[in-house]
Amino acid sequence: MVGGGRFDMARLVPRKLDRKLLRDLWATKMQAIAIAFVVAAGIAVHVVAAGMLDSLQETRRAYYDRYRFADVWAPVVRAPDRLLADIRDIPGVAAAETRVTSHVLFDIPGMDAPASGQAISLPDSGRPAVNHIHLSEGRLPRRGQRDEAVLLDAFARAHGIAVGDTVSLTLHGGRESLRIVGIALSPEHVYAVAPGQLVPDARLFGVVWMGREALAQAVDRDGAFTEAVVTLEPGYPEAAVTGALDRLLAPYGAPGAYGREQQISDAFISSEITQLSTMARVLPPIFLAVAAFLVNVVLTRLVAMERTEIGLLKAFGYHDGDVVWHYVKFAGAIGVLGLAIGLGLGTWLGRQMAVLYTEYYHFPFLIFRLEAGVYLSACLVTALAVGGGGALAAWRAARLDPAVAMRAPPPPDYSKSIGAGLTRWQMLDRQTRMVFRQILRWPGRSAFTLAGVSVSGGLLIGTLFFLDSVDVMIDVYFNSANRQDVSVSFVEPRSREAFHSLRRMPGVIEAEPVRQVAVRLRHGAAEERTALSGVPRGARLSRMVDLDNRSVEAPPGALVMSQDLADKLSIAAGDRIEVEVTEGRRPVFELPVSAVTTTLVGSGLQMEIGDLNRLLGEGRVLSGASLRVDAHETRALYARLKDTPGIAGVSLQSEAEDRFVELLDQSLGTSIIIYTGFAALIAIGVVYNSVRISFSEREHELAVLRVLGFTRGEVAYVLLGEIAILTLLALPVGALLGTGLAWGFSQAMSSDLFRLPFVISPRTYGYAAGVVLVIAISSALMIRSRLDKLDMVAVLKSGE
Amino acid sequence: MQDTRGQSSRDTACFRTRGLTKVYGSGASAVHALRGVDLEIPEGDLVVLLGPSGSGKSTLLNILGGLDRPTGGEFLFRGEDLTRASTRALTLYRRRHVGFVFQFYNLMPSLTARENVELVTEIAQNGLSAGEALELVGLEKRADHFPAELSGGEQQRVAIARAIAKRPEVMLCDEPTGALDSATGIRVLQALKTVNETLGATTIIITHNAGVADMAHRVITFSDGQVGNVRVNTERANPEDLAW
Repeated sequence: MVGGGRFDMARLVPRKLDRKLLRDLWATKMQAIAIAFVVAAGIAVHVVAAGMLDSLQETRRAYYDRYRFADVWAPVVRAPDRLLADIRDIPGVAAAETRVTSHVLFDIPGMDAPASGQAISLPDSGRPAVNHIHLSEGRLPRRGQRDEAVLLDAFARAHGIAVGDTVSLTLHGGRESLRIVGIALSPEHVYAVAPGQLVPDARLFGVVWMGREALAQAVDRDGAFTEAVVTLEPGYPEAAVTGALDRLLAPYGAPGAYGREQQISDAFISSEITQLSTMARVLPPIFLAVAAFLVNVVLTRLVAMERTEIGLLKAFGYHDGDVVWHYVKFAGAIGVLGLAIGLGLGTWLGRQMAVLYTEYYHFPFLIFRLEAGVYLSACLVTALAVGGGGALAAWRAARLDPAVAMRAPPPPDYSKSIGAGLTRWQMLDRQTRMVFRQILRWPGRSAFTLAGVSVSGGLLIGTLFFLDSVDVMIDVYFNSANRQDVSVSFVEPRSREAFHSLRRMPGVIEAEPVRQVAVRLRHGAAEERTALSGVPRGARLSRMVDLDNRSVEAPPGALVMSQDLADKLSIAAGDRIEVEVTEGRRPVFELPVSAVTTTLVGSGLQMEIGDLNRLLGEGRVLSGASLRVDAHETRALYARLKDTPGIAGVSLQSEAEDRFVELLDQSLGTSIIIYTGFAALIAIGVVYNSVRISFSEREHELAVLRVLGFTRGEVAYVLLGEIAILTLLALPVGALLGTGLAWGFSQAMSSDLFRLPFVISPRTYGYAAGVVLVIAISSALMIRSRLDKLDMVAVLKSGE
Repeated sequence: MQDTRGQSSRDTACFRTRGLTKVYGSGASAVHALRGVDLEIPEGDLVVLLGPSGSGKSTLLNILGGLDRPTGGEFLFRGEDLTRASTRALTLYRRRHVGFVFQFYNLMPSLTARENVELVTEIAQNGLSAGEALELVGLEKRADHFPAELSGGEQQRVAIARAIAKRPEVMLCDEPTGALDSATGIRVLQALKTVNETLGATTIIITHNAGVADMAHRVITFSDGQVGNVRVNTERANPEDLAW
């Protein structure tokens, strides 16, 4: 009988309870939406970051695979073709190819500035065994057609060059006219950046692929090659193969074989991947933790307001499980909403970003992949966060004893809270005491609001920090360390006379010689390949500077080294290091490192140019020069440089800076808008919910104040003072948090290529504070309008 | 709203209403809470409003207290027409002239007894000190306790102290003893009587307890939204002698 009754009841439960659920959701819709958006932000970041990470990695893997991207590069000055068989025999080599490469200077009609680039040979028949190219248009050069070439896609597009056009360039000191028969992308130039440059500039860096015989004859390498490229057997250690290659190729002027980590294009992509995975790891958990807490707070409040109903339900015979399930469904509805928005937004943003990536990186295809796993983990994590937050509150509801639940709860007792002591503070008016006691009475909740707003502010600072950091990086790199407008490099070291003729060129205001040699550094077991630069004492253009922008120079016979190199080699200032020059006669020295300094971009190793010349046993020769030029005469200068034989490359610093800034505006700008938005969502979720909850708890009290003759403004003060104080407290806490986050990012995101200086401008703090304040004020205003609708009459008739 | 104190010489009635109506809702579902109330309540009177639930006495009190507006008719406080006063003017009216006592005390739980009183004296123009107000209701020893630490009767006396601390011209009490036992209820009524006599505040008390009527100057009985009967007591009983 009893069992039967309960059965009937249980059958009625879901429908009635579900209707209550819908009503509860509707009544708390703004809060529910605010929480759903926080969930959505976390999920979206997760999906975007994980999706981009997946896509980028997968695209790279597929591209490298299909086009047999090399694992190791081994440049030489000139080595006979017959060595190819020996290279293929090296254990661990899966495939090997030799090729001829050379620097080129393009002469593009209508463009004053000389574009540098590379000519790379393709086998005269068949596809290369390593480093194939992807023809997007046209065909490969035909055997025997010496003037045919394939041009790098980005460069062709930047200059509007099409198949059938002719391109003129300087190759090995001679002028050549090449007919473009194909346009191609290459896995070696996904990030098409000129050596020594920071950012790709499609206009200023090009690659031409020519037939092997044609290129070899043009650069005087008949029957020889200038670079071996190999792929490795899976899992075979790279070092063993580079070692064998170095031994084999040492007699042919090999500066040392290197792997993908030193291949500039791949290094850039790897650093991007590192950044994405940092974002993917750090941000989503923050959002979801906040969402979990919000769900818990809102549900706890709902449970408190519905005590009587819960008691009634239980008195009717509903099980604890029914009650728990009811409230978990409430949380679930919010979670599902957040999940839906987040997955949708994340997928959409992911696609947008993918388009951006295809433009930025030159992939022939982009595999936009959002694995089921990403969605699945998003669902799982949301379920855990939101469900967990909800279950806790629901459990509290279920545990209520029906008899107790149906009585109104006793008035909150403030006498036990530390806020009671405020009585002694006579200067505090009563309304302000109410505000403070409200904060102190529920320290956990206040702390959460404080933490939520702080996290939001911190996230803002943490993301805006990138702009500050990069500003400093650009400033130091371009305005302190590399103040030249133009860098010129020669095909081979030249005498002092070449420097003087450069200095006499039109528009040149100041010039400094540079001698650069490839070296291998050894300290203990550590070994690094790098370039050693010789610069004049008192160099004003290209130099190494410390973090205070002071020039750091090497004393006679000693080296200055960048911090990243020193770290890899475990070197401190004052140590001695073995330097093997991997060019010419390949001498080995032991030299003292006089100073170690932090460089923000790339690595650096310098000594005085005269010292370097003496060490190398050569005369006063140089491999290039840094020039400061008169902006009005660049045209004439560029024209002269294009006509000067023996120039391997010209890089234009000012253009590089513009391009860098432009690039950052595009990529960083977009991310910052997205993350600022997400940080704002947290603030909205936390502030709105906490004011809304506070309002519903104190609605009665506030109405009483109105009855007593307090104006709406005065009542608003009592309600909103709490959030105002917590927000103001959150500002410094958020600033600290953001500073920590920025420091963490500066550490986590520094790569071999960049070091993000840890600098936060006052503007960033101000902006973050501004955003938080605007959100707090707008949330407060949304609630304030409810104060006008307080029902004073109802107060007279009801208890608490 | 102007300060109305100076106008008492022209009009001896504290409250005057003519044809006061109040309708909630509209059409078929309209509820007529007041159906034309004509009343005159002299300055300084202690008035008891009697009547069954739904007879309109609370609606009248709400309108007199500036918490609600009538649908029709006229309502004057010391000769000033408040029938169509703005929200802001009504707020100022409550703030300066009216003291409320509710059935459920409605103290601020986060303030001590003294602070609850001071909350009102802070915004009053010529208030008593919190100490004086609490002394009038005999609670000076419990001044630093929070509401959660006080009994129901004590809480209600704090509420009275809060209401009188601003020296109101009007005290409006809706079922002030409704939640209290008889001994406590009598203490509360004594406090109200003391306030009426020492401060001269016009006091209107709504009650279900007909016995309370004996302590009033004037007893108004309500039925069905109208004034049924007005009785003037020639002899008033002391609260402790009331039949509870």
